[in-house]
Amino acid sequence: MKHTESHKPRVSQLELFLAFSRISLSSFGGAIFWARRELVERQRWLTEREFVDVYTLGQLLPGPNVLNLTVIVAHRFAGWTGAAAAVAGFLGWPCLVVIGMGVLYQHYGALPQVQQALTGMSSVAAGLLLATVIKLAMVLPRHWRPWLFGALGFVGVGVMRWPLLWVMAALAPWAVFAAWKEQE
Amino acid sequence: MDRLDLGGLFLHFLILWFLAIGGPSTIFPDIHRYLVEVHHLLSNAEFVELYTLAQVAPGPNAMYVTLIGWHLAGWKGVAATTIPLLIPATTLTLLVGHLNERYPNAPISRAIRRGLMPITIGLVFASATILMRAVNHDWRGYLITLLTVAVVLRKPWNPLWLFAAGALAGIAGFV
Repeated sequence: MKHTESHKPRVSQLELFLAFSRISLSSFGGAIFWARRELVERQRWLTEREFVDVYTLGQLLPGPNVLNLTVIVAHRFAGWTGAAAAVAGFLGWPCLVVIGMGVLYQHYGALPQVQQALTGMSSVAAGLLLATVIKLAMVLPRHWRPWLFGALGFVGVGVMRWPLLWVMAALAPWAVFAAWKEQE
Repeated sequence: MDRLDLGGLFLHFLILWFLAIGGPSTIFPDIHRYLVEVHHLLSNAEFVELYTLAQVAPGPNAMYVTLIGWHLAGWKGVAATTIPLLIPATTLTLLVGHLNERYPNAPISRAIRRGLMPITIGLVFASATILMRAVNHDWRGYLITLLTVAVVLRKPWNPLWLFAAGALAGIAGFV
């Protein structure tokens, strides 16, 4: 099959900054929904297929998934300066918002009403994480090996409280090798 | 409380972000271990409150590290916890993104994804249990957590509404 150049629009640094600012400021509780809406539906910079490819790659790599997506997409369209502009838009605003929260927390964090509200919200935050785990675990294959690796990761980091670096150094090569053998 | 070593904090976060495959929830247990259990820079309650506050902010979930940095040491703390977050994305991601465009169907990337996915799930479960134990002092806290799980699994609601409900339950004296 002949390699066809994918449709690659011209995008300026300013456009990237504005688009990723919009994604960041609209995303509460996960940015992926808004990233798709902006990049695929609104700006039409990526096709549905390209978006899924870039997102999958972002998940495979360490760090916040949508930040990885931001860097890959912006670098493809406008090089290093484009990536810098997009990251500034994507992380700059939330940085300012959380610092504002930090200032308020230092002033009012000890008030009893604030403490009570935060306690209730923290119980919700724990529930959101637990729901995420359940959704993720539903796509795991019904096979003992993935469940064993999941359990080992949980026990090492969550129960034994060993450093993540050791746990990953012990488990990751073994897990990837097992998945690789299975594929053959 | 230990004296804050910003260089050590930077290095620790840098290592963690290179391990954060599957997103910021996977390194939450180790950040808690480092800041609360090993160095006593934050109390359990402060750690949990800062994490929760950041979940209500717009943007990626990872911003809790920025808020923790601010709380520990102002702008220098922000730099020590937030710059490490950018380093894997600007080095490894661009390199792999480039390789991926050249070899789009490499089986190694599938093996990495399928191999690491279960570990990621185990780590997010560890985060959830650490958070639950830190915030829920009795059955009422656990009830809110379980209600949240039930709602999230059934309804596509914006989590901000659930946080608002949790805050109201707290102010009303339920927890």
